[in-house]
Amino acid sequence: MNKIFLVIQREFMSRVKKKSFLLATILVPLLFPAIIGGMVYLAIENEKNKEVEVIHVLDESGILTFEDTESYDYQMVDGPLDSAKARFSTSSDFALIYIPKLDIDDPEGIKFYAHTSPGINLIGGFEGKIERQIRDVKLTRSGLNEEQLESLKTYVSIESFNLSETGDEKKSDSGVTFGIGYVMGFMIYIFLFAYGAQVMQGVIEEKNSKIVEVIVSTVRPFHMMIGKVIGVASVGIAQVVIWMVLISVISFAGMAAFGLSMDPAETAQMMQSTNEGASAIQSNEEIQKALTLVNDIPITKIVSLFVFFFLGGYLLYGALFAAVGSAVDTPADAQQFMMPIMMPILVALMGLMMFVFPDPHGTVSFWLSIIPFTSPIVMMGRIGFGVPAWEIALSMALLIVGFIFTLWLAGRIYRIGILMHGAKVNYKVLAKWLMQKN
Amino acid sequence: MSLLKVENISKSYSEHQALTDVSMEIPEKTIFGLLGPNGAGKTTLIRIINQIIESDQGSILFDGTPLNADHIRNIGYLPEERGLYKKMKVGEQLIYLGQLRGLSMKESSKRAKAWCQKLEIIDWWSKKIEDLSKGMAQKIQFISTVMHEPKLIILDEPFSGFDPVNANLIKDEILDLRDKGATIIFSTHRMESVEQLCDHVAMINKSQKILDGSKVDIKEQFRDGSYFVEYKGGEVKSGSGYELISTEDIGRGLKKSLIQYSAEGNPNDLLKQLIGQVEIHSFVERIPSMNDIFISLVKGENPELTEA
Repeated sequence: MNKIFLVIQREFMSRVKKKSFLLATILVPLLFPAIIGGMVYLAIENEKNKEVEVIHVLDESGILTFEDTESYDYQMVDGPLDSAKARFSTSSDFALIYIPKLDIDDPEGIKFYAHTSPGINLIGGFEGKIERQIRDVKLTRSGLNEEQLESLKTYVSIESFNLSETGDEKKSDSGVTFGIGYVMGFMIYIFLFAYGAQVMQGVIEEKNSKIVEVIVSTVRPFHMMIGKVIGVASVGIAQVVIWMVLISVISFAGMAAFGLSMDPAETAQMMQSTNEGASAIQSNEEIQKALTLVNDIPITKIVSLFVFFFLGGYLLYGALFAAVGSAVDTPADAQQFMMPIMMPILVALMGLMMFVFPDPHGTVSFWLSIIPFTSPIVMMGRIGFGVPAWEIALSMALLIVGFIFTLWLAGRIYRIGILMHGAKVNYKVLAKWLMQKN
Repeated sequence: MSLLKVENISKSYSEHQALTDVSMEIPEKTIFGLLGPNGAGKTTLIRIINQIIESDQGSILFDGTPLNADHIRNIGYLPEERGLYKKMKVGEQLIYLGQLRGLSMKESSKRAKAWCQKLEIIDWWSKKIEDLSKGMAQKIQFISTVMHEPKLIILDEPFSGFDPVNANLIKDEILDLRDKGATIIFSTHRMESVEQLCDHVAMINKSQKILDGSKVDIKEQFRDGSYFVEYKGGEVKSGSGYELISTEDIGRGLKKSLIQYSAEGNPNDLLKQLIGQVEIHSFVERIPSMNDIFISLVKGENPELTEA
C-alpha cells in the first residue's frame, strides 16, 4: 500500500509541477467566462446592428396583410410575377413572396424567392402567419365579427412543479435542469477523454523511457497501474477544485464590477451547479429568477453524485486507457485500440442529446444511465430531471462492478504489455495476454 | 554458503519453453556470471528472481527462505532495457527509486547524495535526466541499483553505453561492493569482462543450463592439452603422443605451431621431444578463454562436455 502511495505521489507531483498544468489551471477560469461573455456581447451587438430586411410581397389575392416587424420590412409590389421577379433579382433585398389569387379552402401556389436558401424556421414562420390569416378570413366568412375573433385568441402558460412523495411541491424549470444535465454530462465526457488520454500517454512514456522494468521489480504491475490511474485522477480533481474556486471568485468580482449585488454563497452555488460565466445573465431580475430556481436544486446531492460518477467513470475508462498504453510502443499504434474505448463514450454523449433531453425518463435513457460504460455521462445528464433513488443506486452499484471488472481486465493486459517492446500487437495477442498466467 | 538457491525452475510461455528445469546455487559474496546467447532464457530467470514473473515449477530460496515480497528490498536490479523518467530531476529520481526499494525518504536522500558525490555527478543533482549524457544517466541507474545496499545485485549488461574510463570506474565499484559483502549476478555477452570479474559462471542455452561452476574449475575442465610453441631452425612434425595442428610464420625467422598433446600428460615429456627437433623460444599451454568455451558450447562443438 505504501508503494502505491509513492507511485500516486510521483504521478501527482510530476504533473502538477509542469508549466502546462499551471497555465491551464489559471487560464481556463479566465478564458471560460471571457469566451462566454464575448459571445454574449457579440450576440447582443449582432442583434442591435441587425439591418431590417426588405421583403417584396406580390399579393394577387388581396386578402392578406403584412405588418412590418423589427426584422422585416414588407413592401407591396406590383405584378405581374415575372416583372416582380426581375425587379427582385436585381435588388439586394431579402426575399420575394408571391401570393396568387387564392381559393381559401385550398390555398396553393404561394411561392418564396430569395437569393440564398432560407432556413426551415423562416418558411415555417411565414406559413404560420398566412395560415392564421386565412383562418381568420374563414371565420369571418362564417359570420364572426372582429371582436369575437379577438376573444378567440387565448394565451396559455404552464407552470411545472415537481411533487415529492411527502407532498412538497417545488417549482421546476426544464431550462435549468436541461442546463445542469448538459453541463454535467459534457464535463464528464471531456474529463474522461482528457484524463484518460493522460493515463495512456503516461504509460507509453514510461514504456519508451524503459523505466518500467526497474519499477516492476519493486512494485507489482497492478499496483503501478492503480497508482498511475489514481495519481492522474487526483491531478484532475485538484484542477477542477481550483477552477471552481477561481471561477466563483472571478464571477463574483465580475458581478460586483457590473454593480449587481449577490450573496457570495449563492454565487458559488450557482457557479458549481452551472459552471457558466455569469455574464450570460443580463439583468438583475433574471438573476433573481434564476437564483430561486438554482436554490431549489439539491446542490450537495448533485455535486456528490458528480464526483462519484466522474471518479467511477474515470476509473473504468482510465484502466482501459492504461491497458492500451501498455500494449503499444507509440501513441500512433494506440489508434487501433482506441475505437472500442471511444465508442461507448460517444454513444453516451449522443444518447444524451438524442434521448435524454427529449425524454429523460424513456427506456433508452434509463438503460443508458444504468449500463456502466455510458452511465457516468447519461446519469449526470438525467440527474437534473429527478431520477428515482433506486435507479441511482442501481447505476452506482453497477458502475462499481464495472470499474472493478475493467481494472481487473486492464491489469492482466498491463502486466504483460509493459514488458513487451517492439511486439506486433493485435486483438488476438491481447486476448492471449489476458489468458496468460503470470 | 549460497545466498540464492534456484531449484528446478521451469517456465513456459504459450508456445515457447523459456526455462527447463534449471537449478543453480549462487555463492555468497561472489560475482556470478550468468551467460548465454540471446533468447536462451537469462532474462526470464532474472525476472523470476526479481519476482516480476512467476515460474511454472520449482522454487527459489533467498538466504534460506523461500523468495517473497520482503526480499525486494534486499535485491538491486539493473535491467538490460533500462531508463529513467526523462522529466524528473536526478535527485528526485534517485530518492523515489530508493523509497520504492524500502528506504525512508531521509535515508534515501542521504545515500543518493553520497553516491552522487562518489561518482562525481553531484553537480547534476537538480538537472533533469533529459539534459544528461547517456553515460551520466547510466551512472544514475547504477546508483539506483545499489544505493539501498542490497545483499543481491543483479546487473544485466552493466557496461553497455559506458566509455572505457567510466566502465572501469563501475567495474571497480562492482568489485568493491563484492568485497563489502554483496553477491552479484552479472549477465553479459562480453566475455572479457567475465574473465576479469566473475568468480563463478553458469551458462544457459536453449532454456537449459549447460554449464555451472567456478571459473577456475571450468577452465580446468575445458583444458584440452594443446600447446603453442615458437621456435627456429626447422619444422615441428607430428610425433608419438602428440599431433601438429597448425604452423605459421611469425617473422624474424620464427615459426609458431599449435600442438595437440594430452591434458593429463606431463608437458616436460612433450618439450623433451621438441627440443630434439628445433630451437624453442617459447612454450605455453593454450588455456581456453571464456569466449572459446562460450562459442564451442553454444555451437555444440563439444556435445560430450555439456554434461559437466
